[in-house]
Amino acid sequence: MPRSTVAEFTIESVRILDEKGAVDEELVPSLSEETLIDLYRQMRRSRRLDERAIALQRRGELGTYAPAIGQEAAQVGSAAALDTGDWIVPAFREQVLYVMRGTPLHKILWYAMGMEEGAEIPDGANVMPPSIPVGSQALHATGIGWGKALRGEQAAAITYFGDGATSHGDVYEALNFAGAYDAQTVFLCQNNQYAISTPRRVQSRAETLAQKAVAAGIKGIQVDGNDVLGVYAATTEALEHARQGNPVLIEAETYRRSMHTTSDDPSVYRSDEEEAEWEKRDPITRFETYLRSEDVLDDDRIEDIGAAIESELEEAIARAKAGQSEVDPVDMFRHTFAELPPVLEQQLAEYKVMRDE
Amino acid sequence: MSDSNELRIVEAVRQALHEEMVRDSEVLVYGEDVGIDGGVFRATQGLIEDHPGRVHDSPLGEAGIIGLGIGLAATGLKPVPEIQFQSFLYQGFHQLQQHASRLRSRSRGTLSCPMTIRTPYGGGIRALEHHSDSYEAGFAHVPGLKVVIPSTPSDTKGLLTAAIRDPDPVVFMEPTRLYRAFREPVPEGEHVVSLGEAAIRRTGDELTVVAWGSMVREATDAVDKTGVSADVIDLRTISPMDTDAIVESVKKTGRCVVVHEAPRTAGMAAEIVARITDEAFLYLEAPVERVTGYDVPVPMFAREEAYLPNSDRIATAIERTVGF
Ligand SMILES: Cc1ncc(C[n+]2csc(CCOP(=O)(O)OP(=O)(O)O)c2C)c(N)n1
Repeated sequence: MPRSTVAEFTIESVRILDEKGAVDEELVPSLSEETLIDLYRQMRRSRRLDERAIALQRRGELGTYAPAIGQEAAQVGSAAALDTGDWIVPAFREQVLYVMRGTPLHKILWYAMGMEEGAEIPDGANVMPPSIPVGSQALHATGIGWGKALRGEQAAAITYFGDGATSHGDVYEALNFAGAYDAQTVFLCQNNQYAISTPRRVQSRAETLAQKAVAAGIKGIQVDGNDVLGVYAATTEALEHARQGNPVLIEAETYRRSMHTTSDDPSVYRSDEEEAEWEKRDPITRFETYLRSEDVLDDDRIEDIGAAIESELEEAIARAKAGQSEVDPVDMFRHTFAELPPVLEQQLAEYKVMRDE
Repeated sequence: MSDSNELRIVEAVRQALHEEMVRDSEVLVYGEDVGIDGGVFRATQGLIEDHPGRVHDSPLGEAGIIGLGIGLAATGLKPVPEIQFQSFLYQGFHQLQQHASRLRSRSRGTLSCPMTIRTPYGGGIRALEHHSDSYEAGFAHVPGLKVVIPSTPSDTKGLLTAAIRDPDPVVFMEPTRLYRAFREPVPEGEHVVSLGEAAIRRTGDELTVVAWGSMVREATDAVDKTGVSADVIDLRTISPMDTDAIVESVKKTGRCVVVHEAPRTAGMAAEIVARITDEAFLYLEAPVERVTGYDVPVPMFAREEAYLPNSDRIATAIERTVGF
């Protein structure tokens, strides 16, 4: 029997807003001025939060912190495409998603101060807590998306993970289960080119990460992750598919412009030239240029937005520091089970005796 | 490599790896970020330059890292993978439990898995969530695995060398908190500390304290604080355990306190108490106390001090036991 081709696949790539701030008019999503400004504001707020958090960490006021500098378009653009009923299942670098779903900024700082209080989720926010074990959260999103399908609800789940996570069994299992169960799930891979020090090419020989969807029988698509409009459009489309029971994997090609976490020194594994190259493709600058050209933004407006963010952050930092003194270790006993089992009651009593001595 | 023979634990790890790679061309180091970055704790720093082709950055997947090691070992290599944090070894646990640990028994002795999995463990460094676990009891519960936890630089080199040379899989847990805590002289060149032998850090006749890893220093400090004359046993190998060292000491002292930072329920202390009641019950003059973490997920760092046993907590238990 001669050999024949039984299946063929292609991976499409999307970009709407280019590096110079020019758009492909045919593809631009129609968004109100208010929404455009909100996308811009969220990205800037995310950037400044990260910058302030890094500075606080350097002064010993925070623990390890994972900034998303450079990835704002991938995060904000995709989250902005969601309905409030859609679930967000983040990894550990998506502070802005919590803010977009109503977590006050001081709580983001509490989490970074090692306080569980910071992970508290506002009622009805439909967000999962941060997931530190890489890739493990993708399965939760499949579960939510499947649950939505079983219940006949229109909502979807979106999960976030990095390029490194695509090597993880959990991520493949999540994609595969999602396909098999018609889960209403979108997988957003932020390919920021590195998993700590490990470059994308060491992670996998696959030409794109989007094609990891192929083996699971679901759709995979690439998008310029530094193009907030492109990410918004690709996610909107993916959500439409997902709500019909057709999960989608989006690979957003972006770059982590700062360190992996505050414990990391990127100069060990990447060059100044490479960093300079990506600086030119910065998602915020690019969008700002576009909004100026559309007369949505001007110097005054930009300055106002910046000033409002600064004062909001000042207030949040002060509030975070003030709340820090209220850490009560007893909390760790209270929240392990719904009801304190006798063995923990005894350990709690033991702890209190010790604390009060 | 450091020129001085006064080393920290992290440097002792590096020296042991380096020397074993020089001695045995089959030794292979790989794992997440262990190459160019030298590992997130820099334990493998410089190895990639000294041993080209034998140190590899791996894709991010713990099951893959452990599973690959089983195959590498089957080809005659001696894999020494790093799992970046012990808390992520759970993601390779099925490979460890279902394959690595029983390759020998399932192949009736024809195959083996001489893999040494190095992994930092434990709290006290203000790390992120999921970075501070101490799961030695879980690994010790797996037949066919050895579990080793050093507490000093010299032992680190000696035990790691022994682990790499051991014909069976070893989980080698390095106390993160002690990586850079202090230096001590470490023998240059060949230095092997046999697996399965505890060390006596202090000797005394009123009480036995058993600890390992980062708890050894807390236990020793507690003994010093109370002025009680105590044997302090540093278990060093969690599995197989040096039961004799514990039993002999308890027969002499009649009292015992066991310390670990892992949660209490089904922790290693429970196993140690069981062995003491098996073999030295009639010598006991007081109940054996356990000073451990609580049965809650290791809290984030704003509460971790409350969770981790410290010398004060241990001292209280010592006094209670001695005064029983
Ligand atoms: C299962 C697991 N293994 C290892 C780690 C340690 N670790 C934290 S982040 C990271 C790299 C993640 O890379 P990627 O998935 O690309 O996401 P990024 O950090 O670039 O956003 C590693 C190895 C972890 N948190 N979880």
